[in-house]
Parts: sequence; C-alpha cells; structure tokens
Amino acid sequence: MNAKEIFDSLKAELGDGIIELVEEQHVEPFIVVSADTILEASLVLRDEPQFLFDYMVNLSGVDAKDSFVVVYHLYSMKHKHRIVLKVILSDRENPTIPSVERVWKTANWHEREAFDMFGIIFDGHPNLIRILSPYDWEGYPLRKDYKTPETYKGLKVPY
Amino acid sequence: MSEIKTFEIDFGKVHSERMRLNVGPQHPSTHGVLRLEVELEGEIVTEVVPHIGYLHRCFEKHAENMTYPQVIPYIDRMDYIAAMNNELPYVMGMEKLLDIKVNERIEYIRVICAELNRIANHQLAVATFGLDSGAFTPFLFLFRDREMIITLFERLSGGRLLYNYFWIGGLMHEVPPNFEEDCRAIIKQVRATNAETMNLLIYNKIFIERTANVGILPADVAVNFACSGPVIRGSGVPYDIRKTEPYSIYDRFDFNVCVGRGEVGTVGDCWDRNIVRMEEMEESCKIIEQALEQMPKEPCDVREFVPKRIKPPKGEFYSKAENPKGELGFYIISDGGLKPTRVRSRATSFVNLSVLPEISKGYMVADLIMILGSLDIVLGEIDR
Repeated sequence: MNAKEIFDSLKAELGDGIIELVEEQHVEPFIVVSADTILEASLVLRDEPQFLFDYMVNLSGVDAKDSFVVVYHLYSMKHKHRIVLKVILSDRENPTIPSVERVWKTANWHEREAFDMFGIIFDGHPNLIRILSPYDWEGYPLRKDYKTPETYKGLKVPY
Repeated sequence: MSEIKTFEIDFGKVHSERMRLNVGPQHPSTHGVLRLEVELEGEIVTEVVPHIGYLHRCFEKHAENMTYPQVIPYIDRMDYIAAMNNELPYVMGMEKLLDIKVNERIEYIRVICAELNRIANHQLAVATFGLDSGAFTPFLFLFRDREMIITLFERLSGGRLLYNYFWIGGLMHEVPPNFEEDCRAIIKQVRATNAETMNLLIYNKIFIERTANVGILPADVAVNFACSGPVIRGSGVPYDIRKTEPYSIYDRFDFNVCVGRGEVGTVGDCWDRNIVRMEEMEESCKIIEQALEQMPKEPCDVREFVPKRIKPPKGEFYSKAENPKGELGFYIISDGGLKPTRVRSRATSFVNLSVLPEISKGYMVADLIMILGSLDIVLGEIDR
C-alpha cells in the first residue's frame, strides 16, 4: 500500500483524529494524527491485516520552534511498506502524548530518550525517567531554547 | 592421646535473599562503559536494568551547530568499529536530497569499503564473544586478520578507525595502487581464518555448551523490540535492508541473507546470533569479489561531484542502511540553510540493547555476560 491508500483507509476507520496527508517535494509523505488518536491509530496500524505495521523503526522528537513534533517511522515485515506518522503538540509548556509502549515495546527507550531530550511527557509509560543524561539533570538539552548551565551541583563548569 | 571432643555448632537458620549486583561500568565484559544493575536469586538473574549514558556527548545537538559535511566525522565516532558503514546512510541521504548522482566507480568503492568494514566488525564481534566465553586463541587469529583490513583503510584515508572517507558527492581520495590485489589477499586470508575459527571456536564443545539454548530471543519478540542485524536474523527473520530495499548498487550482487537455524540448540540463541556473523563474513567476501570484477577499472576524479557549498532544499528524509550491527538510520530535517535543523540517529545498538532485560531473565550471571556479548553492542553508538 502507498501512503495515499493507507491514509484513506485509516481515515475511514478513525475519522477526524486523522488530520491530513502531506505530500511535498523532498519530504517522505507523512500522516498527521491528533495526540488523542495516536494510541488507537497505532493499534489499528499494527493489527489490521491490510496494514500489519509490526516493526517500529524509529521514534523521534523534534522541536519545531512553536511546537513539538513526535515522528513515528513504521515498517511492515509482511507487506514491506513504510509510513511516517506525525503528532504535533502545540502546548510548549506541558507537551503530553499517550505512550505507544504497549503497542511496540521498542518505544520504551525511544520515548524515554524523547522525554530526556525534549521534555515530552508520554502518558502511560511504565518507567518515564531520563536515559542518556544523568538522572538529576535539569532542563532538556535538545530544545532550541536550551541554555547550557554554568554550574552543575554547585561546581562551575570549566568553559 | 587426648580424648575426642564433640562440638555443637549452631549454623543458625539458613535463608536466602535477593541480592542486587552492579556489573560495570568499568568491566571488560560490558564492552565499554555500561552499567547493569542485576537482581539475583542465588545465581539466577531475576531482573536486569541497564544504565547507559556514560559516554553521552549529545551528538544530535552538536550536529545542529555544524554544516552538513562537518557532521560526518562525528558520525564516525558513533560506532567506531564500523565507521565506513556509519557514513554510508548519511552520505546517501544527503545525495538524494541534493540530487547528486555519483559515478559508478565511486559506488563500487563505497560498497567494497563497507563490506570490508563489515568483515572487520564481525571479526571483532566473534573474537570478543569468544573471549567472553574463555577462548583466547581465536581472538589473536581474528585480530591479526582485522589488522590487514585496518591497514588497507589507513592507506585509503589516513585513519585506522575513524575515516571521514565518504564525502557528500564523492570520496576523499581515489584508492591507492594495488587496492584490488590487497582486497583479494584479504579475502583469501579471511576465508582461511574463518575455516580455522569454525573448528577452533564455533564447533568447540565447550563453546556450544556455553552458548546453545542460552538467551533465546523468539522471532515475535525480536520484531516487537525492533531488533535488527544479526540479532533479528539469528531469530530466523530474514530482514536485511540490502535485500529487502536495496540501496546503492546492492541489487547487482548475488548473496544470501543468513538466518539462524537452531543447529545446535533453539532458534534465536546466542550460538545462532554468532553463526550468522560467521556466515555473513563469507557473504561479504562474495560481494567484494563480484564488485572487484564489475568495477570500472579506470581511476576517476572522486571529487568531481562534491559541491563547494552544501545548501540542501527545505525537506526531510529518513535514510537507512544495513550496518554490521543492524539498521542504522538518520532522520535529517533541513530548513534550507547551511546547518541541519535536526539530525536524529536511529542507533542500532541502542535498540538492540533494549531487548536485554527481556531475554536474560532466568539465566545465570555467567550466561548474562554471554547474552550481552552476543548482542554485539558498541557503547559509543548507544550513548551518542
């Protein structure tokens, strides 16, 4: 199935939660999904026989200056097709999105990393703690407005 | 003669309790700076919690503050065992975005370098895995051969491990003279040593006892955890991007995808993951031989298509390639400027390590080390 067919059948199944299909030059076609629908859409995409997206390749957080974007790259072992989902979180203060950890177990570490780097909160994640930076780190390093701290635990950082 | 006395010794009540043990961060068997928090019931592992991030230098933040070609040396330092393979997806993706078509000879040189580096990586993986299980001799043999490959790369690029050899739109230099003969000599040596290693290590009774039926990873769990490379192929899933979605010129070569068959144990155990690596070395040799045959012989200007100023159009893409350890992908977003907006790397070892808590429950501490070794992780890539 190509992106258009996937979008059409997903839209028929879930309605307004599936917002739009974006096909531009130099961009892999992606489907924009609302944050409330992402868990439902993931289950449909994984289990329905025409999709069978059983392999989550990648989950990335992106800082788009006025909002945060969570990007899902999916692949199907059986049908060998790919699709990209995007969820746009416009609330910069408190970006929250349901976790897809129980759909694809690999999302566990990817979501922890997105939380660590961007401060995106994944609702329903079993163990949402920092993964790459120290557990007591303050701030979210990959945000565009992140300032490198001058001290760490009272010690001056040398440069 | 003194008379015999009997003592009554009270041993108290014997009881068992769960114990928490730290493995690492500084320990040779963790293959880098990885800390495993292990909960034990006697000698049986009941829970494993990996703590990573000791080498974290936020590569993704660095990349946002550099121009596109400057990112390549940082990518080398992610998986420093297979740096050529790391550069490939990034370079290919950038070329796709910039609409550059490199010439045939460059593609062939890239494939040969990537496959040679795959052999070097698998040699190191098998050697250190043998070392984990107590076999020291194969380690020496395999490292001797790996040295030949590294010396060849040193002549290509000047670096032994970190090459910066693939550039966007070309290569750093044309290959040195005698490149073809050197490649053939390496293949010959690799095949000889592999045959020896099969007898010495792989079919060794002690090695089979240590690895067969240990750390079984069922195929559905492997897919759900998005494992890739020898880890998923060891579980019997023939997922290899070189075959499923051929990139570069991989569709021109005849090679097999090796999968685990459960020859001495169950499908998906440590032994299967290891035999997949051994067999893949032979497949890589086959690819190199075919590439040397087909390659245009005339040297060309390898910097002909390298753009002076790299300013890709606004866009985004996910570019992927088959690393020796699995699927390595780069999700790059460009806003039309000189620097990328976001470079997200789908690090292979990061994803492969996340399956460790799932497959190591119920085995002994010594088996845990074997399972970790069979996943073939590089901490430089996990922590980025």
